[in-house]
Amino acid sequence: MAVVPTSLPGAPGRPAGLLRRVAPGLGAAPFLIYSAVFLLLPTAIVVIGAFRAEDGGFSLVNIKQLSDPSAIDALRNSVVLSLVTAVIGAVVGAVVAYVLTTAAPNGVLRRVVTAASSVLAQFGGALLAFAFIATVGTNGLLTRSLTTVGITIAPDFLSTLGGLIPVYLYFQIPLMVIVFLPAVDGMRIQWREATEMFGGSTWAFWRHVGGPLLLPSFLGSTLLLFANAFSAYATAAALISQYNPLIALQIRGAIISETGSGAPNFAKALALVMVVVVAIVMFLYFWLQKRTSRWLR
Amino acid sequence: MAPVTDAGIGLVAEEFPGAPVVGPRRTSRPLRAARRRRQRIIRWCVVAAVMAFFVIPLVAMVDFTTRLLSGKRSAITWKSLLHFSTVDEDTRALLSDGLKSSVILVLLTVVIMLVLLVPTMVWVRLRAPRLVRLVEFVCLLPLTIPAIVLVVGLAPIYRGIAHILSTKAIWLCFAYVILVLPYAYRALDAGLSAIDVKTLSEAARSLGSSWPGVIWHIVLPNIRSAVAGACFLAVALVLGEFTIANLLSKNNLQTSLVQLGAADPRLAMALALITLLLAFLLFFVLSSFGSRRRTGTSSPEKRSARKSLKAVPAAGPTIGKATR
Amino acid sequence: MTAAQKSNSARAGVRVQLQNLRRSFGEVHALAGMDLDISPGELVVLLGPSGCGKTTALRVLAGLEDADAGAVVVGGRDISSVPTSKRDMGMVFQAYSLFPHMTARDNVAFGLRLRGQGAGQRRRTAEEFLELVGLDHHADRYAHQMSGGQQQRVALARALAIRPQVLLLDEPLSALDAKVRVQLRDEIRRIQLEVGITTLFVTHDQDEALAVADRVGVMKDGRIEQIDAPEVIYTRPANDFVASFVGLTNRLRGVATGERAVVLDSTVPLLPGSPAAGDITALIRPEAIRLVPIPPGTDGPAFASVVATSFLGAHGQVQARLPDGTLLLARMGVAEVAGLSVNDTVHVQISPNPVLATRTAIEPHRRTAETMSS
Repeated sequence: MAVVPTSLPGAPGRPAGLLRRVAPGLGAAPFLIYSAVFLLLPTAIVVIGAFRAEDGGFSLVNIKQLSDPSAIDALRNSVVLSLVTAVIGAVVGAVVAYVLTTAAPNGVLRRVVTAASSVLAQFGGALLAFAFIATVGTNGLLTRSLTTVGITIAPDFLSTLGGLIPVYLYFQIPLMVIVFLPAVDGMRIQWREATEMFGGSTWAFWRHVGGPLLLPSFLGSTLLLFANAFSAYATAAALISQYNPLIALQIRGAIISETGSGAPNFAKALALVMVVVVAIVMFLYFWLQKRTSRWLR
Repeated sequence: MAPVTDAGIGLVAEEFPGAPVVGPRRTSRPLRAARRRRQRIIRWCVVAAVMAFFVIPLVAMVDFTTRLLSGKRSAITWKSLLHFSTVDEDTRALLSDGLKSSVILVLLTVVIMLVLLVPTMVWVRLRAPRLVRLVEFVCLLPLTIPAIVLVVGLAPIYRGIAHILSTKAIWLCFAYVILVLPYAYRALDAGLSAIDVKTLSEAARSLGSSWPGVIWHIVLPNIRSAVAGACFLAVALVLGEFTIANLLSKNNLQTSLVQLGAADPRLAMALALITLLLAFLLFFVLSSFGSRRRTGTSSPEKRSARKSLKAVPAAGPTIGKATR
Repeated sequence: MTAAQKSNSARAGVRVQLQNLRRSFGEVHALAGMDLDISPGELVVLLGPSGCGKTTALRVLAGLEDADAGAVVVGGRDISSVPTSKRDMGMVFQAYSLFPHMTARDNVAFGLRLRGQGAGQRRRTAEEFLELVGLDHHADRYAHQMSGGQQQRVALARALAIRPQVLLLDEPLSALDAKVRVQLRDEIRRIQLEVGITTLFVTHDQDEALAVADRVGVMKDGRIEQIDAPEVIYTRPANDFVASFVGLTNRLRGVATGERAVVLDSTVPLLPGSPAAGDITALIRPEAIRLVPIPPGTDGPAFASVVATSFLGAHGQVQARLPDGTLLLARMGVAEVAGLSVNDTVHVQISPNPVLATRTAIEPHRRTAETMSS
C-alpha cells in the first residue's frame, strides 16, 4: 500500500476510495501505455496474426506453411548454427574468463580484455560482415595469405553456414566472457585452498568443487549464447542476400515478398516460432541463474 | 605418515619419525611461486591466441581500405574521407542522410528513454512498490522478443505512423526506446538501488520538499552516473542498429553503410573502421570513468556510479539485439 | 569410542617447529626470522595487530605460502618442500570456506572422499564428527541455511575428520557475533583438548588468545615479541608493546631506584627489562589500582578526581584524573565503585605487583588525557 503523508505542509490531501488506490499506479501509466503500444501490441500482432487467414478469420494456413521444406531447413540450420557457435563460444569464452580471474583484478590485462569484450559483444552486424569480408572474402587478407601456402578458401565461403560460424563466434566469445566472468569471480579462493588442505589436486578441485559449482552458470551462459545466435539477423543479412537459409532470413524473405508465399501471414508464423524458441531458452537461463546465485553470492 | 610419492614436486626427507632434524633443507624451488609463474604464462598464451582471432579481421579491414585491386597500397580511400566533397554525390547523399538520421535518432531515443524511464522508476519505487516487478518484467521483456520478431509486428504500426507523422527514419526512435529498455533499466536500477531512494525521499519530504522537488533536487543529482551509463548504452545501440531499419525500409547509418558496401566497398570499410574505433573509445572512456570512481571513498554517488558502470560493460544478455 | 578418543589414540600430537622463517613482499617484511616450537598436543595462539605476520606464519605452515628462507619441521621431518595437499593438516578459515553445493555431512566427508574412503565409512565418520561439534541434526543442511557459528563448527568438524597431524585456525571467530565468539572459542578449546591435536590458532583478539591458549605468542613486525603462558604474558610482559597490546594499561610517571620504583606515593617492584634508575613510565593494569575516597579539599600528587564510573556486570570501572592532567582507569569491585561519584577526591593506591616500566621520553608537561592503551 502506498504511503501518502497527510500531516506535512504541502502534501496532497487524501483522495477518496478507489482513486486513492489507483493513484500510485497512474504514475507508471505513461510508461505502461508506451510499452503496450510499441512492445506488447507488436507481439500480440505477431502471435495473433500467425493464426489469421487472408480474410481475418482464424486459420492454420500460416502454421501449415511452416512444414515447407525451406522453412524446416531454415529452422534446422538456425538451430545447428546457434548450437555450434554457442558451444564453441561457451568453451573458449569460459577459458578466457577463468584465465582472467587468475590475473590481478585491477590489472591491465583484465581491464583491456573486459573493455574489448564489451565492445565486441555489441559489434554491429554490418561492421562485422565487412570485417570478415576483408578477412576471408574473395580479396581478403587471410584468403590471399593462405593461397600462398596452398590453402584455398571458397569465394562464397561467407555465404555458407560454415562461413557464418567464425563470424558469429566473433561476438559469441566476448558475450560469454562478459556473462560468465561474474560467476567465475564468485568462486572463493578459500574453496581452492580448503581443497588443497584436504589433499585434493587441481583435478580433484575441478571435479568435486569448481566444476559442480560453475556448471549451472556455464549451462545458463551457453543457453544465452544459443538464444543470441538464434535471434541474430543483421550479420547474416549483410552477408547473405540471395537466399534465406536461416529463420531470421526467412522472415526477411516473407516480409519483402508480400505476394511470394501463399500464406499471407507467413512472416508472423515464422516470428512466432522464433519467439517461442527464444522464450523457452531464456526461461531456462533465468531459472539456472536463480539457482546458482544462492551459491556464488 | 607415508612418504610423499608425488614425484616432480619434491621428496620428503625420509627420516624415521622422532629422529633429530639434520637441518633446514630445501630440495626444490618454492612451490607457490612456480605455480604463479605457470599461471601467468598460460594466461598470456591463452589471451594471445584468442586476441589473434579477434585482431586479424581488424587488421584485414585496414589492409582492405589501403589496397587497390592491382595489389598496390594506396591511401586514396582515406584521403577521400578527409576531403569529403570529392566523394561522388550519390554516395555523399546516402551517407549524410544515414548519418543525420542516426544522430537525430540518438537524441530522440535518449530523450524519450529518460523522460519515460526515470520518473517511472523513481515513482514506482516510492509510491507503488507493487508495480516494481511489473515494470521490471516489461523492461526485460525485449530480451526475449528479438528485434527481428518485433519488426514483424511493428510493420503495421509503422504504416499507421506513416499516415499520422511521416515516413521519415527518425520515427524509428519509438522502436529503439523499446530495444534499449533492458539495458537502460539495469543501469538505472543499479543507480537507484545504490542510493536508497526511499530513505532520501522520506528525509526530503520530512524537511518539506514536494514530490517533483524530490525527483529534481534529490534523486536526479545522485543517479547522474547511472543516467550517463544508460545514455551511453542507448547511443551504442542506436548507432549500431540495423535490423529494424532494414526491414522497415528506412535509412540509418548502418543501412547506408551496407548499401555503400555494394557500391564502394573500400569507402564503406573505412567508415566501418572509424565507427568501430569510436565505439572502442566510448567504452574505454566509460571503463576508466568507472575505475577512477573505484578508487574513491564509498559515498552513495560513487557507489552508484560504480554499480551502474559495472552494469554497462556487463550488459548481460544481448540477444535479439538489432545490431546483430 | 568417540571420534575424539579414536583420533587421540591413533596419533598423539606431533611437534611442530618453525625455524627462522623469513618472508618479504617487496619492502614489507611479513616474517623477519620467526621461530616457534609447538609441543605435541599444545595449543599455541599467535596474537598481534594486522600486518604482524601471524597469518603469514600460519599459511607458511599450511603450505599455502612459500617462505623465502627457513624451515618447517613437523614430527621431526622437514616438510618445507612438501605441497599443501600432502601435508596432512586441517585448517579452519576465517569465513566462506564451506563448499556451498554440499551438505554439512558432505563437507565433513570431503577430505575422506579424497582419501578414497568408502561411502558408508565416510558417512559414519562425518556424522561422528558432526556430533562432536554438536551439529548432528544439521547434517543435511547447506551452508546458506546455517548461521555463521554453525558454519564454523562444520568447518572444524571437516578439518578434524581427516585426523590431521596439526590443526590450523586462521581467525576462525573474527567474522562472528560477540556472543557466538565467546561460546565457540570455549568449544574449540574443549574439543582440541579432547582430541589432543597440536594446534596453531591465529587471532587479533587478545581476550580470545588469553582464554584458549596453552601459550600465547605476541607478534610484531614479523617476529615473536614474547611467547609464554597467558598469565605470564599478562602479568609479566617483556616489553612495552606486549604490555600495551594485551590488556589495558595505565601509564603513570615515577622514579626508579634499583629494582623498585616510586609511582605517585606507592612503591612497586619492577619487572626485568625496566630501567634501574631515573624517570620512568610504569605500565600498570587497571585492577592493580585502588581508588580510596578521602575528604574533599585534600591535595597531593597521588590524589585524583573522579571523572566517570561504569558498571560492567562482574566488576566496576572508574576513570579519574590526576592533578597533572593524566587520566587513569581503575577496576574495582562493584560495591567500591558504587561508593564513588563524579568529582569525588580519591587517593590512588597501586598494588605491589611487579610492573614493567619504560624510560620516559623528555617531553613537555602533558595535559592531554590518553594514558591508557588497550
